[in-house]
Amino acid sequence: MIRCERVSLRYSLKDGPDVLRELSFEVPEGGFRWLLGPSGAGKTSLLRLLYLAARPTSGRLSVLGTDIGSASRSKLALLRRRIGVVFQDFRLLPHLSAFDNVALPLRISGRPEGQIRADVNEMLRWVGLYALRHVTPPALSGGEQQRVAIARAVISRPDILLADEPTGNLDEVQAQRLLQLFHELNRLGTTVIVATHNIGLVQDYPAPTLRLQAGRLVEERVTEDA
Amino acid sequence: MLKRREEEQPWLRPAGADDLGLRRALAAPLLGALVGAMAFLAALSVAGFLASAEVAAHWQQGAGASLTVQVPHPGAMAGLHTRREAVLAALQATPGLASVRALSEAELADLLRPWLGPDAERLSLPLPAVVAVRLAAPGGVDLAALNAKLQSVAPGTLVEREDIWAMRLAKLARSLELTAGAVLVVVALVAAAVVAVATRAGLSARREAIETVHGLGATDGYIAARFSARITRLAAAGGLLGALLAMPVLMGLSWLAMPFLRGSMEAASATPEEPHWTALLPPELWLLLVVLPVVTAGIGWLTAQATVRQWLRRLP
Repeated sequence: MIRCERVSLRYSLKDGPDVLRELSFEVPEGGFRWLLGPSGAGKTSLLRLLYLAARPTSGRLSVLGTDIGSASRSKLALLRRRIGVVFQDFRLLPHLSAFDNVALPLRISGRPEGQIRADVNEMLRWVGLYALRHVTPPALSGGEQQRVAIARAVISRPDILLADEPTGNLDEVQAQRLLQLFHELNRLGTTVIVATHNIGLVQDYPAPTLRLQAGRLVEERVTEDA
Repeated sequence: MLKRREEEQPWLRPAGADDLGLRRALAAPLLGALVGAMAFLAALSVAGFLASAEVAAHWQQGAGASLTVQVPHPGAMAGLHTRREAVLAALQATPGLASVRALSEAELADLLRPWLGPDAERLSLPLPAVVAVRLAAPGGVDLAALNAKLQSVAPGTLVEREDIWAMRLAKLARSLELTAGAVLVVVALVAAAVVAVATRAGLSARREAIETVHGLGATDGYIAARFSARITRLAAAGGLLGALLAMPVLMGLSWLAMPFLRGSMEAASATPEEPHWTALLPPELWLLLVVLPVVTAGIGWLTAQATVRQWLRRLP
């Protein structure tokens, strides 16, 4: 599903430092991983590689059976449709309603409009935002925007779900609900990787961890079969 | 009822709507006005191209199809006839000539009046006879053979080809055509540059939104289609505006040029008639005005597609 072999990433090809250095790990299909590490350790950069916003500078990265270093741009676009991402800064489109933001991945993948409505309304009901479906993000609170972003990430039932500090703007109850959703999706076969600083969540939902420090993988703890 | 209507979500955007917020990012009035100005200039340059070609064809045909024959000492005898009569007879017997007409003394005096004054016919100058010859078709007569024939019946007779003027006119007209064509190319390039600049401004303004939809799996084609759809509409509207502005100008110019397209000086000096307004423009120019918005839309679509796809290459 996800295989990293000595993967490094450097943003500036000339003289910039490696933000990720020779990472090697594997996440099987249906696996769950906590991605841990202090700020600046490279968690977001690793997620960028995994949601195909960058190609590795060296090493070999395989996602969903495709070598990311050599895949064509059109192939990468199709792969991204199978990956859901919850961004730390939400990345909602401010001119679109909550409904249209959640519907966006389905529209991009060409789903007929008639099928989109029912799925999106169901998802908005689940995250408790159906009543605000016509409201644009600037008029929503941080927590509501977070929930819209989560709904958008999971609406297309992705094969891989990546989340970068997804509970940062949620209260305890919402955070627990979100983790239950992630575990439910994982139970249904979705591979989930969650970057977080929230050790309490990690303790509540024990799972294998990847720990980064200064761009290196310093610990890979696999406590389950996954 | 209201609840039911809301359930049907009348407030939702249709699929393929303005996902990237380009209605606000790509300013319609400025781009439309600039493309409109380019379309206006393009209409004028195409009209100039067509008009110079038309005028050249008319004048070339008129001048190239006529000869002037001068017979010195027209009253002197050449055998049983005067030299003038002998030349006229020889010309009338020559195939390929549409008409042969000797100018009267009054017509000769009219021709000489600008140089010799109003008393030209009383100066007792030995004037030649002048015969105006119209060819059935330009270049339809072997001029060397005709000249030799006339020399044999009346030595010293001059045959003047008026197609020298036609050639000069043709060169002038060709230069005008090339200039108009170059102007048209420049106008098209400027229009494409204007569209490219506007598209780049839109890309900068919507960079985050583009990166987001790109991250959600949008292909280059999906994103380029959003831009080109918006740009194409604006460019077509600009083209329509330019065509509407150009129409009265072209009609006015066409009305003024109409006498010169009749192919003769007599017709050119006649007072213009009042034709029906649809007849003011030739079919080619009507077609141009109809096609102009389509062409500007095409330039807009192509330029937007190329600009967006090139910009997107910076993303993986």
